[in-house]
Amino acid sequence: MSVQVNEKHDQMKALGGDVEKSAAQGADVFIQSLQNEGVEMIFGYPGGAVLPIYDALYKNPIPHILARHEQGAIHAAEGYARVSGKTGVVIATSGPGATNLVTGIADAMMDSLPLVVFTGQVASAVIGTDAFQEADIVGITQPITKHNYQVKDVNDLPRIIHEAFHIASTGRPGPVLVDIPKNVSNEIFTLSEVKQTEVDLPGYQPTTSPNFLQIQKVAQAIQKAKKPLILAGAGVLHAKASEDLVKFVEQSKIPITNTLLGLGTIKGDHPQFLGMAGMHGTYAANMAICECDLLINFGARFDDRLTGNLDHFAPNAHIVHIDIDPAEIGKNVPTDIPIVADAKEALQSLLKLGVVTDGFSEWTDHLNKLTEEFPLFYRQSEEGILPQQAIEMIHKHTGGNAIVTTDVGQHQMWAAQYYKFNNPDHWVTSGGLGTMGFGFPAAIGAQLAKPKETVVAITGDGGFQMTLQELSLLQESQIPVKVIILNNQCLGMVRQWQQTFYEERYSESLMPSQPDFVKLAEAYDIEGYKVSTVEEADQVFEKALKSNKPVLIDCRVKQIENVYPMVAPGKGLHEMLGVKE
Amino acid sequence: MKRVITTTVINQSGVLNRVTGLLMKRQFNIESITVGHTEQPGISKMTFVVHVEDQRKLEQLLKQLQKQIDVLKVNDITDKAIVTRELALIKVLSPPAVRSEITSIIEPFRATVIDMSKNVITVQVTGDPEKVEAFIDLVRPYGIKELTRTGATAFVRENQKTPSQQLSIL
Repeated sequence: MSVQVNEKHDQMKALGGDVEKSAAQGADVFIQSLQNEGVEMIFGYPGGAVLPIYDALYKNPIPHILARHEQGAIHAAEGYARVSGKTGVVIATSGPGATNLVTGIADAMMDSLPLVVFTGQVASAVIGTDAFQEADIVGITQPITKHNYQVKDVNDLPRIIHEAFHIASTGRPGPVLVDIPKNVSNEIFTLSEVKQTEVDLPGYQPTTSPNFLQIQKVAQAIQKAKKPLILAGAGVLHAKASEDLVKFVEQSKIPITNTLLGLGTIKGDHPQFLGMAGMHGTYAANMAICECDLLINFGARFDDRLTGNLDHFAPNAHIVHIDIDPAEIGKNVPTDIPIVADAKEALQSLLKLGVVTDGFSEWTDHLNKLTEEFPLFYRQSEEGILPQQAIEMIHKHTGGNAIVTTDVGQHQMWAAQYYKFNNPDHWVTSGGLGTMGFGFPAAIGAQLAKPKETVVAITGDGGFQMTLQELSLLQESQIPVKVIILNNQCLGMVRQWQQTFYEERYSESLMPSQPDFVKLAEAYDIEGYKVSTVEEADQVFEKALKSNKPVLIDCRVKQIENVYPMVAPGKGLHEMLGVKE
Repeated sequence: MKRVITTTVINQSGVLNRVTGLLMKRQFNIESITVGHTEQPGISKMTFVVHVEDQRKLEQLLKQLQKQIDVLKVNDITDKAIVTRELALIKVLSPPAVRSEITSIIEPFRATVIDMSKNVITVQVTGDPEKVEAFIDLVRPYGIKELTRTGATAFVRENQKTPSQQLSIL
């Protein structure tokens, strides 16, 4: 069948070959522009309004990953972008294709991931007439994109695509959407060549170099401080500045904590690392924030899940906030030393200054004592697997070197607490938007970006079922992602909050009849295992995590198990629950 | 507090939508907004009057506006020496018995009658928003049939009063 189609296609090309050569259509210009940007792969799903583009993709000039739902495509592109540092590219058709991307676009916006999203649009002549598969995607995505465009003239296409990649990947990264009406893809390009012109955006000039006077102020503040603390967020990862950060941490001897998205900027077992801070952060990290007299924030946005009640956040501290986005500085927490800069440039100028200190021994001894006295803990259980144990086993069998992706909820928090990362850009999670169904497709994108690494998608039984159709891709494209479902037959975090704040009224959070995930794996031609005891899990994990094939593991874990410690919503970081056994 | 903010924007389609959408998303309250071309082709200027709670919210507003790719310049001109102008069109009930009375109000405000029918006159008044407000208050007792206002547009004065040092004359 496919051979016939191929022949027919070739015949058609042959018939109009010469004409096509001299007159490039919008779709060809599109492909050429993506090639000029160095795009390695596209995540997408075809449909009516993008037929010309898919026709231009037919000869496979750029590899295309065919997801089974547009949401899967965009989450895969996010995973790809997060671990590779490159811009993820997504294509979907108009109307429902475009609206299915909305969750992923919002997710990328919240977590500052560079994406360029192309949507087809109905022909220009019928825009605004409620035409078949028409949706105002430019209007819909205006508040959830860094910028968006609708292409009106085929000759603008190269410029707009180049600007889109520039905007998505520079400054604070984010998603940019380009809406292309079908007729634009078909129109004849009349300029002499498709080339990258100089970007001319007078309204977009991100600052990357820090003000040196402000950097000097930071150095002075460190000299004066008795209890300084570094908070590192995802900005450090986006700036590829982890090495500089670790150098600075070791040179200045200041203890460090991470936001959820900042995990991996420093090794999980580094002696100066206090663990993650925030709602489910370690006791030591949160107390360090409460007690410190100088808080140096590199590339974190003081999100409410980190800060808790703002009235009690770092009450004694001078705040230094280094962020590439000026609008983040002073948004939630008043700042004493604001620095608008790329984290790498800021760290390098601090390193150049050479901040040497006496080591703050009293302060670090105090924090080390807190870490010893109030470590993360769980109550060993006689029967069954505890979710925390499962994460520790995954850590053991991957040596802390795997790329780990998650959805949102209990399994996410346990992964953040118990998987100690050795490397930056190995942690892919939906932080800001908190998207169920993110982890598994993101793992696919991550694996495609890093084919040699072990990629583990840790999901829950709830979230996995939101995007499980992407299992098709694992066999089809030989993507050896390891899916580990921490199956507690409920929406764990919802259930935990209902237990804690709604007197155990488990309204619609229990899911006693989940599918047989092993059979599901088999249906998609993938190895599937179910494990219910620690011994079983240990054996299966060891084998599966070393395998070079895709594997799905249904890991049955204890249902009533809570994530601790915890800062209840509306409380300050000093009011932690469940800090001690 | 009430602030007067001007932005210079690239005149792309949807730019007004972007800016007002942003204000809505971040929960700012717009009292009035005016948009129009400037002396440079392709560049428009918007003037908003907004209510913000405090200095921090104001700073956020300015920074978020500045972040928009199509926004070139953002200025809070409230505390500068500025000229603000607004235009209002008002249909006032004016039966012949009170017509001369109304005309005597119009005159000191330098407003103009731009249309007239048997019982209604249409008045155009321009000036800073307080003056327009005062005029409306004065004609209200006669019965306002219809009213429309453009919202304020503003300019920074060429000469700013700089706090000059007291120098002794030698």
